[in-house]
Amino acid sequence: MTTSNIASPAAPLLSVRHLRVQIPTRHGPLTALDDVSFDIARGEILGFVGESGAGKSITGMAVLGLLDPPAHVTAGEIIFDGQPIHGLPAAQMRRLRGRRIGAIFQDPLLSLNPLLTVGDQLTETMRTHLPMSRDEARERAIEWLRQVGIPSPAERVDAYPHQFSGGMRQRIVIALALCAEPDLVIADEPTTALDVSVQAQVLELLRTQCRERGTAVLLVTHDMGVISENADRVAVMYAGHIAETGPVDQIVNQPRHPYTRGLMGSIPPVDHDTLWLQQIDGAMPRLSARPTGCPFHPRCKHATEQCVTTRPMPHPEGVALVACWHPQQGMATAGVTGVAA
Amino acid sequence: MNMPYLSVKNLSREFKAQGRTVRAVDNVSFEIPVGSTFSLVGESGCGKTTLARVIAGLDKPSAGSMQFSAPVDGRVHRTQMIFQDPYASLNPRWRIGDAIAEPITFQNLRLRADVKQRVEDLLARVGLSAADTAKFPHEFSGGQRQRVSIARALAGEPSFLVCDEPTSALDVSVQAQILNLLKRLEKEEGLTSLFISHNLAVVRFVSSMIGVMYLGRLVEVAQTAELFSAPRHPYTQLLLAAIPRIGQGRRPVSLPAGELPSPLAPPPGCTFHPRCPAAMDICRREAPALRTLDNGVSVACHAVDSGGQPVRFMPGAAHPTSSFSLA
Amino acid sequence: MNTMMLTLRRWRQSDLAWSLGRSPEAWLSALVLLAYIGMALLAPVLAPQNPFDLSTLDLMDARLPPAWSEGGQLKYLLGTDGQGRDMVSVMLYGLRMSLLVGIASTLLSLVVGVTLGLIAGYAGGRLDNVIMRAADVQLSFPAILVALLIDGLSRTVLPRAVHEQLSLLIVVIAIALANWVQYARTVRSVTMIEKDKDYVNAVRLIGMGRARILFRHVLPNILSPVLVIATLSIGLAVLTEATLSFLGLGVPATSPSLGTLIRLGNEVLFSGEWWITVLPGLLLIGLVLSVNLFGDWLRDALNPRLK
Repeated sequence: MTTSNIASPAAPLLSVRHLRVQIPTRHGPLTALDDVSFDIARGEILGFVGESGAGKSITGMAVLGLLDPPAHVTAGEIIFDGQPIHGLPAAQMRRLRGRRIGAIFQDPLLSLNPLLTVGDQLTETMRTHLPMSRDEARERAIEWLRQVGIPSPAERVDAYPHQFSGGMRQRIVIALALCAEPDLVIADEPTTALDVSVQAQVLELLRTQCRERGTAVLLVTHDMGVISENADRVAVMYAGHIAETGPVDQIVNQPRHPYTRGLMGSIPPVDHDTLWLQQIDGAMPRLSARPTGCPFHPRCKHATEQCVTTRPMPHPEGVALVACWHPQQGMATAGVTGVAA
Repeated sequence: MNMPYLSVKNLSREFKAQGRTVRAVDNVSFEIPVGSTFSLVGESGCGKTTLARVIAGLDKPSAGSMQFSAPVDGRVHRTQMIFQDPYASLNPRWRIGDAIAEPITFQNLRLRADVKQRVEDLLARVGLSAADTAKFPHEFSGGQRQRVSIARALAGEPSFLVCDEPTSALDVSVQAQILNLLKRLEKEEGLTSLFISHNLAVVRFVSSMIGVMYLGRLVEVAQTAELFSAPRHPYTQLLLAAIPRIGQGRRPVSLPAGELPSPLAPPPGCTFHPRCPAAMDICRREAPALRTLDNGVSVACHAVDSGGQPVRFMPGAAHPTSSFSLA
Repeated sequence: MNTMMLTLRRWRQSDLAWSLGRSPEAWLSALVLLAYIGMALLAPVLAPQNPFDLSTLDLMDARLPPAWSEGGQLKYLLGTDGQGRDMVSVMLYGLRMSLLVGIASTLLSLVVGVTLGLIAGYAGGRLDNVIMRAADVQLSFPAILVALLIDGLSRTVLPRAVHEQLSLLIVVIAIALANWVQYARTVRSVTMIEKDKDYVNAVRLIGMGRARILFRHVLPNILSPVLVIATLSIGLAVLTEATLSFLGLGVPATSPSLGTLIRLGNEVLFSGEWWITVLPGLLLIGLVLSVNLFGDWLRDALNPRLK
């Protein structure tokens, strides 16, 4: 699919520029996202990967206009299909959500209303955003259930969410997110709560459905394997900044940013044995204690004076965009032998 | 060296739920050799955590037995455990120095005057500092709390360590630190360990033997290398195929649909048969027993029993770095 | 000394201290409470007259109005009561008695309630059932009624002289028994949650017994909600004592509490001598109000969900 990382020739569907999200506290404002910029082209699956506290979920929430107060956007812009949406009033944002931007969250129990049948929820969503009669909507709801792999959809359409298993519920959530035919879906850890054997099926469903309809996806996850198998491009987040963006094969196999390299090395390999795992010492800084300059410098083997004083801006390195003064070359190895912990 | 440290025979644990009896652990038997790390791996509801608690002594089995042999060098048998949730495994009102000291003082492992030094030594071993003794758990991150838990476990001078998903709640880079630490300490202390996880990659890294569980039953037990290179049981193959691989592009085929049945209503016979492409008539009626093959692998599968051939579960899946032997 | 400085510094920087500073009701009520406690503790020092020393009393000075009214004397700032006792002094001692009974009964009901709650929560099963049913039975009686029953029963059962000596203790026990249930219930629910947490499991592994685990590990975690209940209960306990004394039961006449004073003054209220009832009444209201305001603030400040 798309291999360029800079805005593709056609105008991107979603364009986020220099986004800053802050949370005011009694000690002063905390910066959750600092100068985050990225694009999503139509029909593209962009992966947002990072560890807890990096800011990936907050990015998704900011795009959806669902930031938990008192967190709010203090700088930058979010442009959806040519129209700025970061300052939209709540009522307009509500209309945008569902119709043009869909959402899938980690816990299906939070997305589904336990008191309504799944059929009702689907029909209600569709009829809110698309012109159709009640009967048409019901037909479509049954069809959607079939598409997402619910067996006996004509009977199950009148069942309640608690009558389905976890994997089935998440499939229904996917149907719910897609039924109003949005252009973009924000999927925040859609399979993290599911068992591994179910995870693969649900991700495959999401991927094929979105491909068929040309729906773009912002896939937020902490799991590199999920990204590797499902995304076209990926952005790696660290401490509120994007460390690196690029095509998925590039980032996964030959990452440039030292953090990404360390991250790939920490993942225990399934396919071969290793004596020790590569580890990055220390931990991601808390919001209240972000370092100056490059946020990764305290943990970076290649840090220099420049890294401490000046924050690196993302610049092109081959097909990737890297925010680092000393981008590395070569393959990243998973696991290292012989290195003491 | 190969004498079993722990021998579990026909262990079961039942619970009553909603008027029915659930066998969370169903007739499980296995052995853990001295000084090795044995992992139990499986998805939710497979009973691995329940089994771990029974083995640790926190819960009583409903049936069956477990036997610990006397450790070498005249060491006393003591069990310690590392828990999954870094936030619930430390008492929020106790300073961590006191929490680590408690197993030492309660079990009289050191003279009173030596306890403080011992606590500081343990903290240093897990990568924390002596100044941390006065702090409370909420002042630490998740990964640091797990280190404190490990220090507390070591303070009890165990011969046997049970680790219940110790890194599942941690980020990947922190997980690497903790796994490296656990591996190193287990070697240094000569511990025999039981490691519980749902993550096969983690399990490959830490263990020498692996037991795969499905709905309370052990379906396969094998040496690590053997399990990954030639998984026998169809469920093991499904698990391996389902793991997202890194750097190998798109998954070329879709896995057969099917989900974990509810533990309240397990399928009759072999509990895996509704999802198994090799299911035969006997699978629907009779639960297969765990049989040990010539090469030391134990499998509970009628298909394997009858043909002696490992089942090839994934038609067309391409995994260049792993191969399935069809011997 | 170092630990104390460290703890003090920690507290000052803590969220609790900040919250206290921000809320005027909170620090005002805290100040008022401190003043009350100071007054009660220092009553012997502060009181211009010892109201129990009969030799200093002059019946001729009885029922004098407060100093600013006509007929009042500066010596008796707030007037005198029916026996010639200086109002200021008698109110200070009365406050002392009210606070004593209030705090003592709260402490006793706390100890009983917390212990029963811990046992019920940790043991579960039969023991839990028995304790909770006892609590339910207790709750179907209003607190005043329970206190009345116990007080009245003791008067009937014990010979007069013995009762006189023990009356203070009996009042404290009566009020305590009326109020233990709220502690027991809260502690029980928190205990049921905490006992399954892994830090308890970690201690079980080294072979620690249940009782020790309960008191060393679970108890520190229930103190927060218990503290809130206790603070809010003190007001109730003081009022219950006042009611009992007002009804003629409660503390002995020789050591009157604010409630006793209100009763004594009530008898002469309609002859125009308002100060004997009203002033102790105002003092009592002030005490209960500030305790309740402080307790309200404490409950919100300690609630992790509101943070």
